[in-house]
Amino acid sequence: MSFMKLGAASALAMMMATGGALAKSDIVVAMQLEPPHLDPTGAAAGAIDSVLYSNVFEGLTRFDADGSIIPGLARDWEISEDGRVYTFSLAEGVTFHDGTTMDAEDVKFSLDRARAEDSANAQKVLFEGIETVEVVDPLTVKVTLSEPDGSFLFNMAWGDAVIVAPESIDDIKQAPIGTGAFKFANWVQGDNITLERNPDYWGEAAKLDKVTFKFISDPTAAFSAVMAEDVDVFTAFPAPENLPQFEDDPRFEVIVGSTEGETILAMNNKVEPLDDVKVRKAISHAIDRQAIVDGAQFGLGTPIGTHFAPHHPDYVDLTGNSQHDPELAKELLAEAGYEDGFETTLKLPPPSYARRGGEILASQLRAVGIETEISNLEWAQWLEQVFNGKDFGLTIVSHTEPMDINIYARPDYYFQYDNPDFQALMDELSRTTDPEARSELLKQAQTIISEDYVNGYLFQLATPTVAKAGVRGLWKDAPTQAVDMTGVYWE
Amino acid sequence: MTETGFLGAALRSRSLVLGAVLTAVFVLAAVVSFAWVPHDITSMNVPDRMKGPGGAHLLGTDHFGRDILSMIMVGARTSIAVAVVAVGIGMGFGVPLGLAAAARKGSLLDEVIMRGNDLVFAFPSLLIAIMITAVFGASALNAIIAIGIFNIPVFARLTRGAALSLWTRDYVMAARVAGKGATRISFEHILPNVTNLLIVQGTIQFSLGILAEAALSYVGLGAQPPLPSWGRMLADSQTMISIAPHMAIFPGLAILLTVLGLNLMGDGLRDLFDPKIRRVGR
Repeated sequence: MSFMKLGAASALAMMMATGGALAKSDIVVAMQLEPPHLDPTGAAAGAIDSVLYSNVFEGLTRFDADGSIIPGLARDWEISEDGRVYTFSLAEGVTFHDGTTMDAEDVKFSLDRARAEDSANAQKVLFEGIETVEVVDPLTVKVTLSEPDGSFLFNMAWGDAVIVAPESIDDIKQAPIGTGAFKFANWVQGDNITLERNPDYWGEAAKLDKVTFKFISDPTAAFSAVMAEDVDVFTAFPAPENLPQFEDDPRFEVIVGSTEGETILAMNNKVEPLDDVKVRKAISHAIDRQAIVDGAQFGLGTPIGTHFAPHHPDYVDLTGNSQHDPELAKELLAEAGYEDGFETTLKLPPPSYARRGGEILASQLRAVGIETEISNLEWAQWLEQVFNGKDFGLTIVSHTEPMDINIYARPDYYFQYDNPDFQALMDELSRTTDPEARSELLKQAQTIISEDYVNGYLFQLATPTVAKAGVRGLWKDAPTQAVDMTGVYWE
Repeated sequence: MTETGFLGAALRSRSLVLGAVLTAVFVLAAVVSFAWVPHDITSMNVPDRMKGPGGAHLLGTDHFGRDILSMIMVGARTSIAVAVVAVGIGMGFGVPLGLAAAARKGSLLDEVIMRGNDLVFAFPSLLIAIMITAVFGASALNAIIAIGIFNIPVFARLTRGAALSLWTRDYVMAARVAGKGATRISFEHILPNVTNLLIVQGTIQFSLGILAEAALSYVGLGAQPPLPSWGRMLADSQTMISIAPHMAIFPGLAILLTVLGLNLMGDGLRDLFDPKIRRVGR
C-alpha cells in the first residue's frame, strides 16, 4: 500500500514536472530601442509599434507575417462601385482592456482624432483621403473618401491607425488601453515593459501568459545577454558579426528575415554639385554594394537598385543602372566638370550599417576623387541637422516604412528631389485601384528614380532574430515594425 | 657633475632605459608611417577582413580588411600629436600662470589664478572633455583642446609650488637687490630651476594625454574616421572580440606599452633629476 502510494506520488511529481516544462508561458524579448512613450498614434518612433502593434493595439486591418493585409477588428468590408465608400463590419464582442466595449463609435473617434487638424499623428498622410466617417450601427462603420484610394486598406493596417478608446486617451502615453491579445502591465523606464495575456480577448487567445520586452542598446551587452540566456529572443540583433556564433550554438536559433528597410546613400539633390544628375550617377557607379553588405552587415542584406523592397512582387531589379564601375564614375565626373573630384559631407546616424557602411563608402568615393568629411551623429542630431535642417551632402539611412516610394513626390523631403513627372505619377497611383495598373505604375516609379540617380541605392536591410531553440511562432520578416507575440509559444 | 656622469647615471637606470626604448619605438613607428606603411589603410579590402596575425599581415586585418600594423603605426601619429599639443597647451598656459601666481604670492592675482585652477581641477576631466566635444562636435582638434585645458592647472600648481620655495633663495634676493623686476626674475632665475620638474611632469602628462585621447576616441568623440586612432580601433573590435581577438589585443597593447614606456621614463627622469633620492654609486 505504502509502495503504491509512493509510486503514485512520484508519478504525480513527474507529471507535474513535465507539465511545468511544457507550460513555460513567459518570455523575455529584447530589442535595442526603448519607446519614448506608448501611444502608437502619437509619434514616429518605431519602437512604440515594436512593443504594442498587434500585441496591445489593433486596427481595422492588419499586416500578416508575410506582409499581406488581413482583417483586423474589421472582419469584413464592402467597397462601393466608385471605390470611394468603404463599409466595415466590426468583430462582435470586442472589449478594451479596461472592460469597455469597442464599437463603431470608437472607430470613428480614432480615425477622426488621427486626421484632426491638431493631431499629433506621425503619418497623417494615411488619413488625408478620408472625407467622412459615419457610424451606421454599433458594428458597422462607413468611411467615405474624397477620391478612390487603392491603398486605403493598407493604410489602415499601420500602427498609426490603430483603434483607441476615448475613455483612456488621456493616459495612453503611460497606460495604453487597447483591444489586443495582451494587455499592458508595467513599464520600468530604461529597462523593460511587461505585457500580460488578455483573458477576455475576442479572437484566438495568446499562448503566452507574460511577455517582457527588455531594452538593450549596446551591441556588446546584447551579445552577452543572449549568450548568458538572460533574454529568450533578441529581435533585430544589432551585431551581425556575432550571428555565426549563435548559429553554431545548439542553444540558439538564428532567423534572418527581410525588412521594409531600403538602406540608401541619400544625396542632397539641392546642393552643388549633387544637384547635377551626372555627379549623382558618378557616385552611384562608384559604390560597390557587395563590399558594403559584406563589410558593414557581414553579408546580410540584398543589393537594391531603387527604392523598393526586393521581396515585393512589383519589384524591378535595377541594380544594373548603377553597377560598380569606378572608371565610368571618373568619366562622368569629368563630363560634369569635376575632373579633380570635389569635397562633401557624409553624416552618419548611429546604426552599424551607417557607421561601418560610411567608412567603406568613403574609401570607395575617394577612389574616384570624391573626398568626404565624415561626422558621426546621434539620432537627435541627425534628425535636426539632416532630416529637418537639410544641412548635409550625403548620409546613409534605412527607410523602414513599407511602400514609401511616395516620399520621392515630396520636394520638401530631406533629400529634396523635385520632379513634377514623378509627382504626377504618384497622384495617378493613389487614384488607381486596379491591381494591374497599380503594379505597372509602381514599376514606372521605381525606374524613374533609379534613372534619375536620386540617391545611391545600397541594400535591403535584413533583420536577424536570435531566439532560444524551442521558441515558435516568431515573425521571420518585418513587413512593419512589429514584434507580434500573439502566436508565439514554447515547444 | 660631468656630462658623462649624467649620461652614465641615465644609462644605469633600468626603468629610464626601458621606458625610453618603448617610447622611441612608438615615436619611430609614427615617424616611419609618414613615409611607409606595410599596407595602404585608406582603401578597404573587405574579402580580406579579420585575418589572424601572420602571413602578409603581420598583426592581421580588421573588419574592413585593413592591415592592423599599418593602422597602429598611423594611429600612433594621432595619439602622439594629440598628446604633444595637449601637453604644449598645458605648459604654455600653466607655467606662466604658475610663475605669475608665485611672484605675486597672496595677492588677488594669485587667488584668482589658483582658485580658477582649482575649479578646472575639481571637474572630472573626462566628463568635461566629453561635454566639450559634444557641444563643439567630435574631432581630433576638439579632443586636443579638451585634454589641453585639463593640463593647465597641473602645470600651474607645480610651477607655483616650486617657484615659491625658490623665491626665498639668496640668489633671488640678490637679483631683487640688483633691481630686477618680478617678470625678469621669474624667467631668468625661477624658470630654469623648475625645468627638471616640468620635464618629469610633462612625460607623465604625455602618457595621460594618450590615455585620454584613446578614451575619447573609444566613445566616438576623438579623431573621426577615416583617421585611425587606437581608441576607436578598440571600440570597433568590441563586438568581435570573441571571433577576432587580435583586433582588440594589438591596439590595446599599443596603448599599454606606450603609456608604460612614458611612465617608466618619467620615473627614471625624476630619480635622475632629484638629487635627494638619487642613489649614487649604483
